[in-house]
Formats: sequence, structure tokens, C-alpha cells
Amino acid sequence: MEEKDSPRRLICGRPKSLMQAKSPLCSGCQHGIVGRIISEVIDELGIMGNVVGIGGVGLKRGLNEEAVVFTIQGDGDLAAIGIGDLINATVRGEKLTTVFFNNAGYGTTGGQLAPTTLIGQVTTTTPDGRRPEAGGFPIHVAELMAGLPGVVYSARCAVNTLAQFKRTKKAIKTAFQKQIDGIGYGFVEVLSACPPLLNMRPTKAREWFEKHMLAEYPLGEFKNVNEREIKYQIENN
Amino acid sequence: MVEKILISGNEAIGYGAIYADCTHYFGYPITPQNELIEFMAREFPKLGRTFVQAESEFASISMVCGAAATGVRAMTSTASTAFSLMQEGISGIASMELPCLIVNVQRGGPGAGSTQHSQMDYLIATRGAHGGYKNIVLAPFSVQEAFELTQLAFYLADKYRIHVILLSDGIMGQMYESVELKKLGFPPLPEKNWAVKGSAAHNYVRTFVHNSPGIIGSYYDYMKRSDEKYTKIKENEVRYETYEIEDADIVLVSYGSTARVSLRAMYLARDEGIRVGLFRPITLWPFPREAINKIADNTKKFLVVEDCMGQMIEDVELAVVGKARIGLVGSMDRNLPTGSGMILSRKVLEKIKDFN
Repeated sequence: MEEKDSPRRLICGRPKSLMQAKSPLCSGCQHGIVGRIISEVIDELGIMGNVVGIGGVGLKRGLNEEAVVFTIQGDGDLAAIGIGDLINATVRGEKLTTVFFNNAGYGTTGGQLAPTTLIGQVTTTTPDGRRPEAGGFPIHVAELMAGLPGVVYSARCAVNTLAQFKRTKKAIKTAFQKQIDGIGYGFVEVLSACPPLLNMRPTKAREWFEKHMLAEYPLGEFKNVNEREIKYQIENN
Repeated sequence: MVEKILISGNEAIGYGAIYADCTHYFGYPITPQNELIEFMAREFPKLGRTFVQAESEFASISMVCGAAATGVRAMTSTASTAFSLMQEGISGIASMELPCLIVNVQRGGPGAGSTQHSQMDYLIATRGAHGGYKNIVLAPFSVQEAFELTQLAFYLADKYRIHVILLSDGIMGQMYESVELKKLGFPPLPEKNWAVKGSAAHNYVRTFVHNSPGIIGSYYDYMKRSDEKYTKIKENEVRYETYEIEDADIVLVSYGSTARVSLRAMYLARDEGIRVGLFRPITLWPFPREAINKIADNTKKFLVVEDCMGQMIEDVELAVVGKARIGLVGSMDRNLPTGSGMILSRKVLEKIKDFN
């Protein structure tokens, strides 16, 4: 039988840059999808040998100019304890790419309140639902980042449908490209639902996601520029 | 001819970093180490090296962590209250086994304490934060030595893949002395094949550093490797200096600026016919425990001089193991009961005479 007639054709393989390893994620988690998107983007941009992934800033300074550095961050290390560092990384003009997984709570530690938790959402530390008087308000990081001069790209995406998957990939690729081209900081927030955090089955969690998370957090590009804006400059002779 | 210049202890650390080929400095302003961050801001860019003023000390130490992970020589400097802020980062660096230098120019504590000198961080520097790691601690007692120990610090850090703390203090940092600028020679170092630089730098083999040895990889391997490393350092890297201890009835034990005060007190006592010696640890970890223990066979009185309420004295007690009596000249013996008060030589002399 000729190869083209083989009933076994590869239609979807593992991206080259994605390591073969057992997934530590729970069933119904969408983080694996985003991991795959990042790997596909790395493959397509041909930067595999020069890319460094991290959970924090500062590393880029030790690397050569060609290095492509991205951070993968969650609701806690990005939107809570690390928000000051995130903002200051853009204030310093760092050229990085950040992919932010917003799943409206702390999944790894067992489902507690995060800054991104929705109003009324029940978590283990907001058993009666998040109330503004005690728990404050959900933070919209993609819009916040768009307001900072060091940021040249900011978008919010989702991976709940194939169309959204494609948009997310395009956004992540654009953010990487802005870094490669030396333009500035690229930020992509990806929304997802965490079934154990919501105490729901994966299908139910997806329904919840589409009803509530998309209502709170609008999808789209909030900034896409090709130059960092300097509003005013003192001339020193 | 070797260049000789008049500089402060803080600047000497900056020169030491330059001579040690440190390429990355990250810091945040805090008294009494500001001369150092300002020196770095001035000098590093001229040499094409990286200077970054971070948004906090936690950010500085995280940046040091990131830069060190790529294999470059990186450092930060700070002072007591902000050294506390760095502890999580330092513990992380310990778990990743990253070579780097952290300078602590001690000021008064606890809390914001005072902006003046003290030696109140001995225990936190030698014992560290959570997780039971160890780190090399070097304590200079002259501006020249601050310059040289900075170079040694980077060598030891790379040799053992460990972070080093240079424990200075407000007096040491602000003190001006002439320094011979000379690059020290060290034996060759192992290649940093673990550094994270993108896989292209390592023949497309991926490198990975992480701060959770008990979650990723083998906790046992991490502990075994660390244990062997610490043992090797304890066996090979103990450094100290002694003055006139052969016939001494009383041995002063002191490091950093108070060692200078103690040295003068020793000579004053000798002038009066009192046989006093001085033992000065240069490595606070590993502490020269055996050397002190040996001295305790002959000398039955040890007087620890340190500007705190007794911290290094605990190490001296562990070294002497009951063979001699131990007294303290501490913060309560300052000439003024204020932040700027200090332990003077005549006070040490007085305590020597009282110590019977």
C-alpha cells in the first residue's frame, strides 16, 4: 500500500518544542491548551533554541539580545503578590512576553479567592460569595496593562471554542513578535475555567465560564502599537 | 605600579565587583549602603555592564536570581531592614543553587531601627531564612579587605555554586581608607553548564533551574548534594586572623568594624602589661570553630566584642564547649545610648580589666 493511501495519517502532532511529559493538570483544565499554543508559536517563529520561559522578571538582563523570554503567570503571582513587579517591569521598559492565565481563583492551592474572582463567586475563602464590601472587585489586568507606556500589545482571549483558540494563538504570536522585533512588552490574558475551583464537572464549568466570566471580562485587543510613546522629554546637553 | 586610591568601604565593594568581572547589579536605595548603589549606577554603564534600580529589595533579589540563572556574575546590596525583605528570594536562590553576591551593610534594628551602624544581623546572615540552607558569609574589617573579599566572594560562589553574603556594617561602609586596586588571581572554575541561556547555547539540551526540589526532581538528591557541598566548604574555606594569641590570658573575638576597635583595645591593654590577643573570623559561616576550640586549651577567658546584644557569642560558646569563660562587650557598652553611639576601644579596655 502506498503511503498516501495509509489509513494512519498524522493530522495533529505534538509541537516540537513541547516536551513529552505527563500532564500535572486536572481534567477539564484549559491550561494545557494554552501550553500547546505557546509551543506551536515557538515552533512557527523558529525560536526554540533561543527561548527561555520563566516565572518572574530579571532573567532577560543576563541573556543576549536575541533571547526570547516569556513568563507564564497565574492569578496569584501576577494579579496579587506580583502586580507591583509586573507593572514595574513595564516601567523599566523590559521587552518580555507575558501569558496570564486568568481562571478567577487559586486552583493550585485548592480554590481560594484571587483578585480576579467574580463578584458573588463562591470560593473556599469566600464561602458566601465574593462581596465588594469585604472582598473588593475583580481586577482587569489586560486593560490596566494597555494603559502603560512600556506595553505595546495587550489582549484578552479565551480557548473555549476553536475560533477563540485561533484568536489566542494569533495574539500570543503577535506578542512574541513584538518582543523579537524589539518593540516592547507584550501581554496576553487567557481566560479559562477551573473545574475543581468551581466544584463543577468540566462541561458545567465551561457553561459557567461562558455565562459569567465572559460577562465580566470582555475579550479583544486593548493595545497594538509599533512604537512606545514618549509624551515629554527633558533635553540634556 | 598598583593604583592606590582613597575610597569608602561601600565603594570598595563596587570596585571589587568590577575587578571580579561582575556584570549585573540590581539594587534599591537604603542607608547606609547608598554610596554603593550610586557607585554602581555611575560606573557599571560606562563599562557596558548592567545596572538596574529595582522597585523593591524583593525585586532586586529576584533579578539577581534571574541573572545568576543565566550564568552571569550578579549581585545586590542592601541594609538590615531590607535584607529581611530579601529572605524569600535568598531561600529561593539557595534552592536553585545559584552563585551570586548579596551585600548587607548592617544598620540598627529591629524594624527600621536606625540608619546608623550595628552588627545585629549576624544570626540572620549565618543562619538564613526558611529551609535550612547554608551560605558563605564573609566579613571585611578594612576597606582594602572589603575590596578583596568581594572578589573572593564571586570566586567562592562560582566554585561551589552557592550564594555568598558579604556582611559589612555602617561604619565599615562609610569609612575611608586607601586601597590598592589589584585584581586577585584564582584557580580555574567549573563551567556553568546548568545556566539557562536558551537550549541553543547547550547543543539544544534544555536546562532548567527551579526552586522546588521537593516537588520537581528528587528531594533526597538535593539534600545529599547540599550536604556534601556544605561539608566541603566547612573543610576548605574557614578563614580567620589572629593577633598575639600565643601568650594571651584573654582573647577578644570580633569581626568587622568592632574588630578594628578591639585591635586598638588589645594594643592599649598590652601597653599596660595585660596579655590580650584578638581572634578575628573572616568567614562567619563556616565559623572557625576548631581554631577557637584549640585556643581554649590555653586561654581561659574569651571576650566577644560585637555591636548587638549577643549573636556571634553563640558560635563562640559552641566553639569553646565549656573550656573557658565567655563575656560580651555589646550594644549596651556603646558610648552613647543612641543610634549613633558606638563601642569605643577604651570601653573594651575597661571590660578587659573587669573580666576576671
